[in-house]
Amino acid sequence: MGHIAFFGIGAYAYAILALSGFPSIVCLLSAGVISACFGFLLAIPTKKLKGDYLALMSLGFSFVVYAIFLNWSELTRGSLGLPGIPRPIIFGFDFSGNAAFLSLVIFTALFSWWFIHRVTNSPFGRALEATRDDELAAQSLGKNTAKLKSLSLIISAFFAGIAGSLFASYITFIDPSSFTFTNLIPILLIVIIGGIASLPGTFFATMLIVLLPEFFRFVGLPSEIFGPVRQIFYALTLILIIYFRPRGFYGKIDLE
Amino acid sequence: MLEVKNLTKYFGGVCAVSDCSFEIKKGKITALIGPNGSGKSTVFNLISGSIKADSGKIFFNNQDITNLPMEKISNLGISRMFQQARLFKNLSVSDNLLLALDNEDTKFWKNILGINKITEEKKERVRKILKEFGILELENKPASDLSFGQKRLVELARTMFNPHQLLILDEPVAGVNPKIRQNIAKLLLKLKKQGETILLIEHDMVFTLELADGIIVLDAGKVIASGTPKKIKNNKLVLEAYLGS
Repeated sequence: MGHIAFFGIGAYAYAILALSGFPSIVCLLSAGVISACFGFLLAIPTKKLKGDYLALMSLGFSFVVYAIFLNWSELTRGSLGLPGIPRPIIFGFDFSGNAAFLSLVIFTALFSWWFIHRVTNSPFGRALEATRDDELAAQSLGKNTAKLKSLSLIISAFFAGIAGSLFASYITFIDPSSFTFTNLIPILLIVIIGGIASLPGTFFATMLIVLLPEFFRFVGLPSEIFGPVRQIFYALTLILIIYFRPRGFYGKIDLE
Repeated sequence: MLEVKNLTKYFGGVCAVSDCSFEIKKGKITALIGPNGSGKSTVFNLISGSIKADSGKIFFNNQDITNLPMEKISNLGISRMFQQARLFKNLSVSDNLLLALDNEDTKFWKNILGINKITEEKKERVRKILKEFGILELENKPASDLSFGQKRLVELARTMFNPHQLLILDEPVAGVNPKIRQNIAKLLLKLKKQGETILLIEHDMVFTLELADGIIVLDAGKVIASGTPKKIKNNKLVLEAYLGS
């Protein structure tokens, strides 16, 4: 639930650093590292929580982060937002053009896929799965589940931060309204549709949720209707998936 | 090996364990018996660290382990089997056992860099113990697909596989069919011959008397008797508390 906050932290970290003149590669990586640091900070008070309580705490965290974006005007310019965020130039390669930027996004997505695949398919990933299935049983086998949960939060915050930095550099303008609870819904939808604990599912659902609503643009709907139609599409997809396929398309475990 | 001294635990106003003291000797099977609600499982939870004691001490190999986190107690050598099967339901039987092998899987960089891998040697060790328990055919089955009795056997195998000096087993044969009960009894007798130290809770008196070297009887959270099975069988206090006058 806190992912939208990590996404926002990454976006603001990139924007502030890039507007201060730091090299793009430093800005991109710092966005991930700064988000990961916040993941670590969130892991401290939440290490003994699980299930609904953990979800509520991380949701609360995203509201706190939103309030900071909105009110720390000296750093974030509050509701005025940060305009003119530069597109990245990495090792002399200019990613200003849309095609070039797409290649950077694809490269980042592939790297993220490879890394997370490596994590989930390693014995470390199996220990994470065990912690998810039964924390007490994992502890009885000597696993430090607080450490495992912290690490998983740090890793996911890192990648959410990188995604946020790409978002900020693509849009070139960010303000707090991009990082509200409403923006969290498509992220959750991707997880539910693709299926929990499934990388192929995440990929498939991202394509579905991001690309499919774009077809409504070609139907010729007026812009004031296009937004609500997209929301209806999200809601309908969610209802159908929960009703007919509670594990999502590729999920290994049921929603509980 | 294990010494429990004046252990007390309250749940709200209810005293679940009261000034409980006993000792477990190395290489022996000790049974903790008593009527329902006598505090047996609470004592197990206190020893394994899943709940904290209000007062009293627990020593394991002369080291104070009172109120240590559960994973630390496990890493010191106390391996626990739960009353309700607690397998990792979305993992295979083999993965359930591999998790018990060591804690190298919690080291992030070691796993990402491929230094710690699931080797053929580790898989062979899993197969060996599954074969010993007569459940080799379950190796690749998800734990959620197992029957109740199979789950008990896999959990017992996992508890055994977890590096340990003391096994604590909470009702290992409760609810299983006679065939699996017999298998578990045979396995525990084999462990006894191998010199394992075991503390177990069991309601099945025939099973307990056949297996245990020593018995500790709890009633209302207090130790009311302890000694050899023969001595306990004829103890008037035990008969009153356990069987009801």
